[in-house]
Amino acid sequence: MNRIKDNFNRIWQDFYLVIIMVFLYAPIATMMVLSFNSSKSRTQWGGFTLQWYTQMFASRNIMDALYNTLMIAFLSALIATVIGTAASIAINSMKAVPRTILMGITNIPMLNADIVTGISLMLAFIAFGISLGFQTVLIAHITFNIPYVILSVMPKLKQTSRYTYEAAMDLGASPIYAFFHVVFPDILPGVLSGFLLAFTMSLDDFIITHFTRGAGINTLSTLIYSEVRRGIKPSMYALSTVIFVVVLLLLLISNFAPRRKQADQT
Amino acid sequence: MKKRFFALTMTTVTAVSLLAGCGGKAPAGDSAQSGTESASDSGELYVYNWGEYIDEDVITQFEDETGIKVIYDLFETNEEMYPVIEAGAVNYDVVCPSDYMIQKMRENDMLAEINFDNVPNISQIDPKYMEMSKAFDPDNQYSVPYCWGTVGILYNTKRLEELGVDAPTSWEDLWDERLSGEILMQDSVRDAFMVALKKDGYSMNTANETELAQAKQDLIDQKPLVQAYVVDQVRDKMIGGEAAVGVIYSGEMLYIQEEVQNLGLDYNLEYVLPKEGTNLWVDSWVIPKNAKNKENAEKWIDFMCRPEIAKANFEYITYPTPNKGAFDLLDADMQGNKSVFPDDADLAGSEVFTYLGDDVDSIYNNLWKEVKSN
Amino acid sequence: MSKKMLSGPYLLWMIGFIIIPLALIVYYGLTDKNNVFTLANVLSIATAEHSKALWLSLGLSFASTLICLVLAYPLAMILRNRQMGQGSFIVFIFILPMWMNFLLRTLAWQTLLEKSGVINGILTALHLPTQSLINTPGAIVLGMVYNFLPFMVLPIYNTLCKIDDNTINAARDLGANFTQTLLWVWFPLSVPGVISGITMVFVPALTTFVISNLLGGSKILLIGNVIEQEFTKGSNWHLGSGLSLVLMVFILLSMALIAKYDKNGEGSAF
Repeated sequence: MNRIKDNFNRIWQDFYLVIIMVFLYAPIATMMVLSFNSSKSRTQWGGFTLQWYTQMFASRNIMDALYNTLMIAFLSALIATVIGTAASIAINSMKAVPRTILMGITNIPMLNADIVTGISLMLAFIAFGISLGFQTVLIAHITFNIPYVILSVMPKLKQTSRYTYEAAMDLGASPIYAFFHVVFPDILPGVLSGFLLAFTMSLDDFIITHFTRGAGINTLSTLIYSEVRRGIKPSMYALSTVIFVVVLLLLLISNFAPRRKQADQT
Repeated sequence: MKKRFFALTMTTVTAVSLLAGCGGKAPAGDSAQSGTESASDSGELYVYNWGEYIDEDVITQFEDETGIKVIYDLFETNEEMYPVIEAGAVNYDVVCPSDYMIQKMRENDMLAEINFDNVPNISQIDPKYMEMSKAFDPDNQYSVPYCWGTVGILYNTKRLEELGVDAPTSWEDLWDERLSGEILMQDSVRDAFMVALKKDGYSMNTANETELAQAKQDLIDQKPLVQAYVVDQVRDKMIGGEAAVGVIYSGEMLYIQEEVQNLGLDYNLEYVLPKEGTNLWVDSWVIPKNAKNKENAEKWIDFMCRPEIAKANFEYITYPTPNKGAFDLLDADMQGNKSVFPDDADLAGSEVFTYLGDDVDSIYNNLWKEVKSN
Repeated sequence: MSKKMLSGPYLLWMIGFIIIPLALIVYYGLTDKNNVFTLANVLSIATAEHSKALWLSLGLSFASTLICLVLAYPLAMILRNRQMGQGSFIVFIFILPMWMNFLLRTLAWQTLLEKSGVINGILTALHLPTQSLINTPGAIVLGMVYNFLPFMVLPIYNTLCKIDDNTINAARDLGANFTQTLLWVWFPLSVPGVISGITMVFVPALTTFVISNLLGGSKILLIGNVIEQEFTKGSNWHLGSGLSLVLMVFILLSMALIAKYDKNGEGSAF
């Protein structure tokens, strides 16, 4: 009796999983199919083509935007990691009250709505007289990236013992030497994951970039937005497909390939 | 808030880093953006133009010829362009707004006088359009016409037949209840009010509050019939058969008809100038006062006035050109195409937008917001 | 001492690019064009068009949050009961779409919903009447649910995974049926995740302007659209800032909610 009921439950559950999966993937699958459709119509199949892919790779706009996106993601993650790691070490050695205040400030850009963060930064850049362009997007991305670095490094720092650091100093190591040879190796996983998290956040951002970008600077997100408002071109479907496949492969490799244990790091 | 979420997926984060390695190998080309401070030397030119409003080969040609690096950026509406220039957040060197916006910029002291010694090709512009420009630039000191045109109704002949509706001839027809969900309106405040004001027989430059209130009410009444308020999308949506009628700029016509043929569509798209008259507009190059490369901007304007260049642009964007030299280079068929180059008689009752002052502007904006939020 | 100096760059950065910008919003929000103090910008939320936009935003984001919760809770429970770790393939499947660009995901729905789009194409092929799907409040809710569903699934899933099997078995052994276990064991223990999920869906849904622009045909004005347009088109930054301040009240409320129910950050990984 129970077994029948369990089976029934199981089928019902599988059904539910499939429904949600269809909901999540049908739109993506549609775009993939359309990216190979030689007809611009979305309802008629005009034959298989790769022309939208050629068009995409030949487009200076798309390639520029790709370059900007990666450049900003890399630089902002790098700078945020340096500033954030240094800040974590300082915050970790602080007393409760200043620490709480600093952590509170750190939380603001994460909890605030993107539209407010974006607008506030735009107002500040104009007030400071910084011309909107590559540099302002970069500053904005560093700003919202720093908290992720701090939040990944802090737990690692808490696990390290301050005594080893002090022991190294007692043995004659300079603070800098002691830091790089004693503390840093311990927090390295946290620093790395902070960097990666920051990189990802930067790649995904649209709203903050939308308000802080200037002349001739497009990231993939802002480019797609303006293209879509002008009318959907099939090369956008090609771009979607490429992004999806790249993300899929990378996530598969990182999640399911054998690799060093990194679990519990957060 | 969204960002907090990503903390949850830390385990999957590792992968995305590899994106850098992968994407980096893509042919990013040598076109790296020089996102640094706008240089004070004259090696650069910041151009701010409408979307799809130039033949991109022309930009390359200009760069090759002058050695000036063009940083080219787009805006969608005049209203969107203005705050960018006003805030001086980016120092553009040459911008292409429409008539009333040029007037607004001029009155607010945001434009630099053009040194016409550097723009000899100004002689190519048909004097008729220089005359027309005087409506917003009385002494022809600040602007050089780039394109002009009208606003009209584009309709899908087959779809109208299916709905049993006659081809539109007036703005009034955009209030036909049988067209429910089939109308595309312009998503910019002055264009939208123009349609309602002209329908009611008022001037599209009115500041009279009762006339505006009536226009607002008309737009609210029309809203259930409207499928979407769009700007540049109207072109692709009409080609795609998304809607039966759309308010559109005249210059899109040639491209649309060509595209309909290329795609072998089983319907025709026709353009009509409503009988109440319409918006006659001019888009002109201007140089903002805070431009850092004024001489380069003048070189750019001069280049755009060159007949062959104006012709190339016309053939690409298909908006009527005020350039006499370029017009003469066109074949007779094109010169006689009335939907591109309408006769003066067709334009009776049409007006050019004028800037009405900040106070009236904000009245328009508020009324438009009421329409949109209704 | 030297350790504390390490926070120098960070402090300067945060003051320059977080504190001062926010202070600027407050300043702009509370002054008029002549830099005179006024509450008019904030109070303008009460005007017909702004309050309509706010109520509509609240309504649509509430609806999408509710739908997300109803869809996500059973999903999280099923995934949890399959006893798979977070690295498992099936959990991975449900997170994957998240990594695609947000705009591309919205674009996909535009493709499906448009009048000559895929869904209507299928309907026509089946000789069914076409539907007007796009540019309706329903399309916007759909876009929100699609984009933000994983924000709800993951926090709930994470808290459910932390519930010990023995707790559930104990409840069963004591004679609780499924509904009772759900109501008195599962749900109370997953509150931090649920709250976390709710705020993570509600706040971005409330403040979005992208989804309403792309799937609403600019016919539907949400409070996010009003603010965006004040900055990019209306050029009344004072009004836009004033309305942002109103919006921040809701953000603060949700932060307070998290602080109350999710003290240990169980709903997230931190």
